[in-house]
Amino acid sequence: MPTVAPIDLDDHCLATAFLGDVPVFALASGQVVRLDHGTHRHELHDGLLATALTWDGQGLVTGGEDGKVMRLNADGSETTLRGPARKWVSVVAAGPQNAVAFADGKTATVLLADKTEKTFEEARTIEGLAFAPKGLRLAMARYNGVSLAFVHGSAPALDFEWKGAHNQVTFSPDGRFLVTSMQENALHGWKLDGKPGAEQRHMRMTGYPAKVKSLSWSSKGKWLASSGAPSAIVWPFSAKDGPMGKAPLELGQRADTMVTCVACHPTEDLVAIGFGDGMVLAVRIADSKEALLRRPGQGPITAMAWNKPGRLLAFGSQAGDCGVVDIAG
Amino acid sequence: MSEAPVTTPVAPIPVTVLTGYLGAGKTTLLNRILSEQHGKRYAVIVNEFGEIGIDNDLIVESDEEIYEMNNGCVCCTVRGDLIRVVEGLMRRPGRFDAIIVETTGLADPVPVAQTFFMDDDVRAKTRLDAVVALVDARHLPARLKDSREAEDQIAFADVVVLNKTDLVTPEELDAVERTVRAINPSARIHRTERAAVPLDAVLDRGAFDLSRALDNDPHFLDHGHPDHACGPDCDHDHDHEHHHLGHDHDHDHYGHAHHDHAAPADIHDLTIKSISLRAGPLNPKRFFPWIEKITQLEGPNILRLKGIIAFEDDADRYVIQGVHMIVEGDHQRAWKQDEKRESRLVFIGRDLDREKLERTFLACQA
Repeated sequence: MPTVAPIDLDDHCLATAFLGDVPVFALASGQVVRLDHGTHRHELHDGLLATALTWDGQGLVTGGEDGKVMRLNADGSETTLRGPARKWVSVVAAGPQNAVAFADGKTATVLLADKTEKTFEEARTIEGLAFAPKGLRLAMARYNGVSLAFVHGSAPALDFEWKGAHNQVTFSPDGRFLVTSMQENALHGWKLDGKPGAEQRHMRMTGYPAKVKSLSWSSKGKWLASSGAPSAIVWPFSAKDGPMGKAPLELGQRADTMVTCVACHPTEDLVAIGFGDGMVLAVRIADSKEALLRRPGQGPITAMAWNKPGRLLAFGSQAGDCGVVDIAG
Repeated sequence: MSEAPVTTPVAPIPVTVLTGYLGAGKTTLLNRILSEQHGKRYAVIVNEFGEIGIDNDLIVESDEEIYEMNNGCVCCTVRGDLIRVVEGLMRRPGRFDAIIVETTGLADPVPVAQTFFMDDDVRAKTRLDAVVALVDARHLPARLKDSREAEDQIAFADVVVLNKTDLVTPEELDAVERTVRAINPSARIHRTERAAVPLDAVLDRGAFDLSRALDNDPHFLDHGHPDHACGPDCDHDHDHEHHHLGHDHDHDHYGHAHHDHAAPADIHDLTIKSISLRAGPLNPKRFFPWIEKITQLEGPNILRLKGIIAFEDDADRYVIQGVHMIVEGDHQRAWKQDEKRESRLVFIGRDLDREKLERTFLACQA
């Protein structure tokens, strides 16, 4: 039986993560709470807006209303990556070789481990950022598509166009697909492994009753789970053309509330599904078998993260009733 | 927060949109709002940090981003930056009591307003309170000659602050007010110097709250009455419809039938007109398909529409309002004994065919 260790943080939880084995909860106020033999509170920002886990799993990169970009490490040490500035840093991303990217307005900045900095200007506000799994490439979601920039060298960014506002961007773990969530209730995807010069292949993933705010790739990239419906919408990506012409799975369907957050297990084809009433289910993709991880709580689930072995699931809610589930009890 | 019961609905935060051409006095008004003692805290969303800046208030700089919704409808536009900023602000409620959005001088107020109706997240947490347009009494005639935005801002406003009245003669001022009135007969107009309008005249107006707007201003649709009007009650169930249009609407010629509340001399440069319609009780089975069709076909040309409708065999007044193709309506309250059961509808827009609107509206009568 799963057991839940609750922690009440009394603030909108924006993100959660395991830094090494240490669970952390990032709160909208700007505080990040670290559970390491007791509760440690780190005042990183005046207003926190975005977070990203570093690729080595040891650090949390954050951006805030104060214009700062910070990094919190598993041992509790804090690093200021960029000092206070006027504009909100509303999106951050972590990449290979400890690279970090953040965007404020129409400018994205990449900070490399050797302290060098590269900036990229877009014509419109950058709403989402993601590093490609291979090579130092940065995807920037913006109005009417995504720009894919090469961090090194001077090659111009590649444009992936699709009409409409793109709010979030993610690469499939194998780097074959680029997917965005849109202002409309839809996802849009591009196939990246086409022949050079060939026409871009698009994937339209529509039919959601609400905006898609949470996306999570299964461990081997065979599936992409998403929120925005009364069940988790899970698109198949194992075929050559991804989900084109295929229907998604609908897991953990509820009658009276919506899925607000999804997090795929790090090794198994299993997805944790968080709902608008605070309930959390684990659902196996192969047979849709469900297990209750947490009963409904005070507010919608806004954040979830598995630890590396996949035994612990940290979750956070809009009301601040957070916790860690041990699925083995 | 966590001690509050889950079911307690959080009251939506009121949002005031401040428009006005460069130099009309927006910054002066904003500074007054931020510095006067009124016991309220404001979050202000600005395009550029200008000369505003009061330490205790929350000022957020944001790049105006107009997003066309991906549904083939040109007038379904929202402000993408507002969606993100409002979402961020609302994660930390308790810091402010209301939001003010200051637009740039050339801004189109429509996407700003539509954001508060078309984005579900924004809509769930905030309510559009009123659109306030600052107008420079001295320079308005010149502005109307060289820009369409100045006219749009007035047409779209619930409250017009006619500022810098000390810089014009009484006659010029009357002429300017007639011009404003010709563009927008239902806005409430305030004459001021140095943006010294009482703050309760611009804040917490409930102009988009149908019931409140009508309670505050029972004659709001009366022809020629200096008054204002309104919008949907965000707390109600509304039939919220976005009509998407096949753009084959006929461009009717704008004949020079001058509208009757402005002296012709004032309105040479106007492209917007308002059309006020009256009829007896209507048949809902005729009216709803009609208003849907009109807003589908003429949506791009309609800036605002407002109305009070009497339906046959219905004890309650029905109030309706729209922005382009978004139309919302709801029952408001019972007709009073001494009230005339009459249906009134005002369209403010461009290239509207008065004769056709009137004829088809009258055909909806029971």
